Amino acid sequence: MATTTETKIVEKEPWFSKKERVLMTDPLLDNNPITIQVLGVCSALAVTSLVYPSVVMSIAVVFVCAFANLFTSLLRNMIPKAVRLIVQLVIIATLVTLVNEALKAINYPIYKQLSVYIGLIITNCIVMGRLEAFAMANKPWRSFLDGIGNGAGYGLILIVVGFFRELFGKGTLLAGSPVPMFIIGSGDDYWIDTTTPGQWGNTFFGWYANNNLMVMSVAAMFIIAVLIWWQRSRNPKLVDIS
Amino acid sequence: MGDFVNIFIKSAFIENMILAYFLGMCSFLAVSKSLQTAFGLGLAVIFVLGITMPINWLINEFLLVNFEVEFLRFIVFIAVIASMVQLVEMVVEKFSPGLYAALGIFLPLITVNCAILGGSLFMVTREYTLGESVAFGLGGGFGWFLAIIAIAAIRERIRYSAVPPALRGLGMAFLLTGLMGLAFLSLSGIDPAVFGGYTPSK
Repeated sequence: MATTTETKIVEKEPWFSKKERVLMTDPLLDNNPITIQVLGVCSALAVTSLVYPSVVMSIAVVFVCAFANLFTSLLRNMIPKAVRLIVQLVIIATLVTLVNEALKAINYPIYKQLSVYIGLIITNCIVMGRLEAFAMANKPWRSFLDGIGNGAGYGLILIVVGFFRELFGKGTLLAGSPVPMFIIGSGDDYWIDTTTPGQWGNTFFGWYANNNLMVMSVAAMFIIAVLIWWQRSRNPKLVDIS
Repeated sequence: MGDFVNIFIKSAFIENMILAYFLGMCSFLAVSKSLQTAFGLGLAVIFVLGITMPINWLINEFLLVNFEVEFLRFIVFIAVIASMVQLVEMVVEKFSPGLYAALGIFLPLITVNCAILGGSLFMVTREYTLGESVAFGLGGGFGWFLAIIAIAAIRERIRYSAVPPALRGLGMAFLLTGLMGLAFLSLSGIDPAVFGGYTPSK
């Protein structure tokens, strides 16, 4: 009887297997923290009137979310159930303090502009929601990826909202950053110059005026509502039944 | 006294926590489906904001600033808020079971309501005095209360309207909040001097 020697293949799961990638890509669209899970709408929409602060805010949230998930997941078997919320809050608050002090040292103007909203990442429901829903029950590496994914999904919405608000409200993009772009407005600096007579921008876009509604904070609500509308008509499975 | 009234009105109507700063948005969207529960949560928020504000002011002034450990502010504030919510919960349960039953579920939720921590942080950045921070806390809480009651009432009615399926629920809530924000903007006519300072998102 011929016997085949069984070679035992220890399948080591690669660090970026398909399952792990899904953790990062899923929150970007179909399970977006803001538009689907309704987490974390609170603290940061007020910063979206310009793109640059939105980008900085997104980076901060990705950082806090990823590392809070990682540390909570490492400690998950040691945390007593009764005090887990307080432990989580301490982890988050420590990370946010780090971000706050770092930002103050690196870029003071943007720190001033974001004011209390960096501190409010502590009570941002995404961070805590993901800790409760994911990090308390999963291994550290997976939790870390989940944190990055959810932070990025949140950042994506912030940047999209910031893009529309800044472009239509001020005619610029990334104003205040090292690479500001002046798209449309009155003056020589802008790519489309709407006021100087004789310029092609004046001939074709002389009627254009910045939309002041976009500068106001309510504009963020309308833009998100439209995003939700678009997303749910594209994928009817996401429609609210209530 | 006029100062306090001014701050109260300003924080309740002109710089409304929800409609101008988006603070406490999560519970605002989640709990505004029925008027009754919205009422309970609104009351709880006024209560907790009014209590945590002066306590955080005292701690900030006499401990954090005094010993130059301002970088601990976030941790200390959130700890104070968490323990105050716990304390309030126990006191209410002991002395007023009726109110406790009404607020029951919402009290613990308030710990992670951004409006509470946001109020304390605004108090620090704006350098309010003790009295002003009490007025700011009560006013902010009252504004939050008004906003959640209004949206809950509208959402109760709109459930019977023919809203496009994709907008139903969350999408409509966002649109309504935006429209209410616009309506509240007209209240900024109360004090022309304050209007110049509006547009918090700048």
